Amino acid sequence: MRLAFERLLTALPTLLVLITLSFFLMRAAPGGPFDRERQLAPQIEAAMKAEYKLDEPLWQQYLHYLSGVVRGDLGPSFQYEGYSVAELIGAGLRVSLLLGGVALLFAVAIGVVSGVCAAYWRGSWIDRLLGLFSALGIAAPNFVVAPLLILLFSVGLGWLPAGGWQAGRWTDLLLPAAALALPQLAYVARLTRGAMAEVLSSPYILAARARGLPVRQVLFRHALRPSLMPVLSYLGPAAAALLTGSVVVEQVFAIPGLGRYFVQAALNRDYTLVLGVVLVYGSMIIGFNFVVDLLYGVLDPRLRRR
Amino acid sequence: MRQLLGGLLLAAVLCAHAEVSVLRLGNGPEPETLDPQRAEGVSAANILRDLYEGLTRIAPDGRVIAGAAESWSISEDGRTYRFELRPDARWSNGDPVTAEDFVAGLRRTVTPATGSSYAQMLGLIEGAGAIIEGKAAPETLAVRAVSAHTLEMRLSAPAPYWLGLLSHASTYPVHRPSLAQYGADFARAGRLVGNGAYMLDDWGVQSHVRLRRNPNYWRARDVSIDVVEYFPTEDLNSEYKRYLAGELDVTYEVPPVLIPKIRRQLGDELRVAPYLGVYYYGLNLTRPPLAGNKPLRQALSLAIDREVIASKLLHGLGLPAESWIPPETSGHLSLGRPPASPWTERQAEARRLYRASGYGPDRPLRLEIRYNTNENHRRIATVIAAMWRQVLGVQTSLVNEEFKVFLSNRKLKADTQVFRAAWIADFDDPLSFAEILTSGNGQNDTGWSDPEYDRLIERARRTADPERRARLLQAAERRVLDEVPVIPIYFYTSKHLIKPHVAGWTDNMLDYHYSQDLRILPAAP
Repeated sequence: MRLAFERLLTALPTLLVLITLSFFLMRAAPGGPFDRERQLAPQIEAAMKAEYKLDEPLWQQYLHYLSGVVRGDLGPSFQYEGYSVAELIGAGLRVSLLLGGVALLFAVAIGVVSGVCAAYWRGSWIDRLLGLFSALGIAAPNFVVAPLLILLFSVGLGWLPAGGWQAGRWTDLLLPAAALALPQLAYVARLTRGAMAEVLSSPYILAARARGLPVRQVLFRHALRPSLMPVLSYLGPAAAALLTGSVVVEQVFAIPGLGRYFVQAALNRDYTLVLGVVLVYGSMIIGFNFVVDLLYGVLDPRLRRR
Repeated sequence: MRQLLGGLLLAAVLCAHAEVSVLRLGNGPEPETLDPQRAEGVSAANILRDLYEGLTRIAPDGRVIAGAAESWSISEDGRTYRFELRPDARWSNGDPVTAEDFVAGLRRTVTPATGSSYAQMLGLIEGAGAIIEGKAAPETLAVRAVSAHTLEMRLSAPAPYWLGLLSHASTYPVHRPSLAQYGADFARAGRLVGNGAYMLDDWGVQSHVRLRRNPNYWRARDVSIDVVEYFPTEDLNSEYKRYLAGELDVTYEVPPVLIPKIRRQLGDELRVAPYLGVYYYGLNLTRPPLAGNKPLRQALSLAIDREVIASKLLHGLGLPAESWIPPETSGHLSLGRPPASPWTERQAEARRLYRASGYGPDRPLRLEIRYNTNENHRRIATVIAAMWRQVLGVQTSLVNEEFKVFLSNRKLKADTQVFRAAWIADFDDPLSFAEILTSGNGQNDTGWSDPEYDRLIERARRTADPERRARLLQAAERRVLDEVPVIPIYFYTSKHLIKPHVAGWTDNMLDYHYSQDLRILPAAP
C-alpha cells in the first residue's frame, strides 16, 4: 500500500516533466497546424489561431493546457475538427488495447511454452528449430512480416482480411495481432529458455527430480515461476508498447489505433492530440512498470519482505 | 435512439432487397472534417459530393450540369447569376432545400471565423473581399434569396468557370437548424443533415465512413447503389493489397513502382487519365543565384528531359510538362508541347544559355534542390540533379525536410533556391493556375513579381469575351515560360484501380465521381 502510494507520488512529477518537455519541443518544431500546401488567407489564419488560443503567449498556453489536463480536459483536436482529443484517444485506445491484448496473449502463451520446451530438450533438434524461429522473429522487422502475412493469408489464400477494422469482425484481429506478437514472442521464448535452463540445473530442481516428481510438475510448478522473472521485467515495457499500438502494423493493416494517431498528429502539428497521446503512453509505461514490480513480489517471496 | 432507428431502417432495407449493393472505395487520408465549408482535402471532398449537392454538379464526363438548381440565367455582363432551385429538393430529414440555405452556406465560407481554406476562391462574389478581411459583415455578401426557390448572386467580374465552381463543397448549402443546434460540430454521424444522394450512416475515425441512400433526394429513384463505404488508405501498398484481396472496389491511388506489373496483370482495371495538377520546381527569385539571371533559369529548365521522367520514372503516371497550364484545361489556348526540338539541340541551347549566364566548366554553378521527405520526390530530384550535371555541369545538392518544416522554409524564402511544389486546380480554368504566380499571391513562394504578368492576369479577370480572355491567359503563360519563375516538370494524372463489376465510371479532368452515377453489376453466373 505504501509502495503504491510512493509510486504514485513519483509518477506525477515524471508526467509533468514529460508534458512540459513535449509541449515546448513540439512548439519549437517549425511549422504549425495551419501550414498547408494550400495557404490560408492571413485573416482566416488569424481567426483559426484565435479560436484555438494559439495567439496567446506560449507560457499562457502552457498553463492553460496544464489546467485543462488537471481538470481532465485534453482540449480539442486541431486536425479532426469537431472531435475532442479525449474522444479520439478513447476510440484509438480501445482498438489498440484489444489488438495489443491479443498480441500479448499470443506472445506470452506461445513464447513461454516454446521457451520451456527448448530448455527442457536443450541441444535437441526442437531446441535448435525453436532457436532459429526466435532468431528470425527478432530479426525480421514488422514492416516486412506484416505485408508477407497479407500476401500469404489474404491475397494468396483468401482466408483473412487484408486490412481494415470493422466492429465485431474478429478475423480483422488475427493477422495484425500475429505481426505484432511475433518479435515479442520470440524474445519471450529466448528469455524463458535462458532462465529455465539455469533453473533446471539448480540444486532444488535436481532434488525435486531425484524425489521422483513427475516432469510436468517439476517444470510448471517448481521451475517455471523463478524462470519468469526476466520475462516479467521485459514484459512491463513490452506490454505498454503493445497495448498502446504500433505505428507500422496499424498503418499496414489500416487499423484505427493509437499509434497511427500519434504519428499523424505529430506530422500535422496537432499539438493537443500529440500531448494527449504522450500522456497516455507515459501513464501506461509507469503503470505497467508498477504492476511488474508488484508481480515480482508474487513470484519471488524473498522480495516481499523488503 | 436515432442510430438505433437508423440501424433498424437499414436492417429493414436489407431484408426487403435480398441484394444490397455496396460500393467500397479507398479514400486516401482520413478526412479532417465533413463540414463542407471547412473541409479541405480531396478525401473529404469525395465524400461530400455524395452527402451534399451544390447548385450545379459535374456529370461523369466532366460537363457542368444542373444540381440543386434546375435552371439559371446569366446577365449580359456575365456578372449576375439567377438560379431557380428544384421545388422538390429536400434535406435528408425531409425539410425543403431553400435559397436561404445556399445563402447561409456561402456566407459561412467567407466568414473568417469559419476558417475555410476556400474563402478566397469565393472572393469573386461582390463584397466577399471585405468580409474575408474582417471589414464587413457576412450579410453584405452579394448573394440573396429572391424567393424560397430563387437565388441571385453578383460577381465583381465575369468568370466562365463560375458555374462549375458552384459544384464545389465550399458553396454547398447549410442545414440551418442543425448549425444552430450543434454549432460547428454538426458534421458527425447522427447529426449531419445533407441534401445529397446519400446520408451519413456511420463514421469511425481512421476506420470507415459509411453512407446509405437518402430516400429524400430528388433523384433517389435513379440512384442504384445502396451503401457506399469510404476507407482511409494512407498506405498505397496496403490499399493495393486490399484491392487484390477483393476488399475494395475502387482504389484512391496506385503505387507507382508497381505500375509495370499492374499493367501486365490487371490490364483494364487500371485507369489513368489527365488531371488538373502540375508538379513543378519553384525558383527563389528573391536571392542569388537565380534572381536576376534569366538565361540561367532558362538553361536549367531546358536541361531537363521531361519525357524520361514521365515515362521511365513515373511509368506514365505523369505527363511531361512543357508548359505551366495543363493543355486539357477547359477553354485554354494551350501553347501545347513546343515543337519537339531534338534532345541534342535542346542541350546545345541550354549550354549556350548557361555560358551566357556567367557560368561554365571553370566556374560551375552550385545549386540546392529542397523537397519534403518522400521517396518519389527524392527520385525525381536525383534524376534532375543528374541531368543538370550531365548537360550543364551544375553541382546540385539535395536537401529533404519534413513536410511542415519544408513548407515554412519555402514560405520564408531565406534559405531556398530550388524547391519542390505542386498545384492542383480548384476549378477547371486556366486562371486557377495562372493566378498563383501573381505578385504577393499566398501560393507564390518564388517571390516572382512581374508587373507585366500581373497586368495580363488582371485584364483576363475583367474580360467577359471568352476568346479574348483565353488569349490574355495564353500570353500570361508565355510570359511564365519565358521568365521561368517556375520549372514545370509533369502534369498529374488521376489513377485508380477499378473492379470490372463497377459500372458507370468515366474518367474526367477533375476526377469527380459521384456514387449516384455508378452501378454495381451483378456477379457473373
